[in-house]
Amino acid sequence: MFGEKAIELIRELHRASDGQLPAFNEDGIRQVLEEMKALYEQNQADVNEAKSGHSELISTIKFRHCSLLRNRRCIVAYLYDRLLRIRALRWEYGSVLPNAVRFHMSAEEMEWFNQYKKSLATYMRSIGGGEGLDLTQDIKPPKSLYIEVRCLKDYGEFEIDDGTIILLKKNSQHFLPRWKCEQLIRQGILEHVLS
Amino acid sequence: MAEEQEGSDAGSEEVLLTPAQLIRSLEQAWMNEKFAPELLESKSEVVECVVEQLEHMEENLKRAKGGDLKVSIHRMEVERIRYVLSSYLRCRLRKIEKFFPHVLEKEKTRAEGDPSILSPEEFAFAKEYMANTETHFRNVALKHMPPNLQKVDLLKAVTKPNLDSFVFLRVKERQENILVEPETDEQREYVIDLDEDSQHLIRYKTIAPLVASGAVQLI
Repeated sequence: MFGEKAIELIRELHRASDGQLPAFNEDGIRQVLEEMKALYEQNQADVNEAKSGHSELISTIKFRHCSLLRNRRCIVAYLYDRLLRIRALRWEYGSVLPNAVRFHMSAEEMEWFNQYKKSLATYMRSIGGGEGLDLTQDIKPPKSLYIEVRCLKDYGEFEIDDGTIILLKKNSQHFLPRWKCEQLIRQGILEHVLS
Repeated sequence: MAEEQEGSDAGSEEVLLTPAQLIRSLEQAWMNEKFAPELLESKSEVVECVVEQLEHMEENLKRAKGGDLKVSIHRMEVERIRYVLSSYLRCRLRKIEKFFPHVLEKEKTRAEGDPSILSPEEFAFAKEYMANTETHFRNVALKHMPPNLQKVDLLKAVTKPNLDSFVFLRVKERQENILVEPETDEQREYVIDLDEDSQHLIRYKTIAPLVASGAVQLI
């Protein structure tokens, strides 16, 4: 049946929960494109037939055309939804994506991501006069200046505002300025300890 | 700008704002932006002033001695203002990304002299985002499709802001004769007055111009 492959692509994304990026289904896309090519060729042939008097073919042609439109819509929706997920990852992980995620992206998606990163960086730098403003910081309203954090991984030395250098070692706990740790918390290096 | 905040430059044509008023206008813009379904007019001057104010405050904080209670209160203040500012700009960016073809279309059809809904930087970002996304679709799929199917009208493909959604608002300036459109076929359109300080739940489309003019505040 026409359109089955295309809807399978959509289902695949639908099944993956929010924020997850399943592997790019290159094979699926290729199969849908092949189906479209076949449909189009059949239609071309039938259009010529129809022109020479076989008007009963017109409904078949229309049906194939609808299938074509549907396939296109599914492919574009698939690609667009993936872009939105990749965009969300940029905000979550910062400009360097974890390998597991990168593994699931196609070369073109990587390119889109790099371009998006660049546009976003240019925009954030242009805010205000000076160095700009990092919009990926300050995601949650500030409640207190310092927060208690626990280190989940060995990170190494980390400098805070007044020049003190602290050693972030696995399982150590620190009381740090919130604005310095936000990024590390999102990267999973630190964990905010709620007492 | 500095004079503007201190309110000492009498010759300036721009509206004089105290820092407190400036922050209030940022907060108002922020709340409106958060609750409005569509992208509102950009408040570039407010953003610029706030950024400057923040830099000014941080400069002062650096000079102040540590350990003082006043310092940490001020620092907290800086943090909060920066949060509101970031959140405001983030919210706008989200909407630009979500509705990019519509935002750019609106910008294109805007009459000469009308205020732009995008700041120059946001406009550049939106254009790049659109070009980038179009290139991606073309390279991955569209160029492999039959010739008559290679164009996708993004204006039709990407969701539009839902102007019919309902918003809460508080009235800042009394309004008379607001025309409310019928919701169902049985109803007819009717006219309401909005009293100052009253609160309403109403369709966004009905009061969109009032949000733009600042006569009502979304809450």
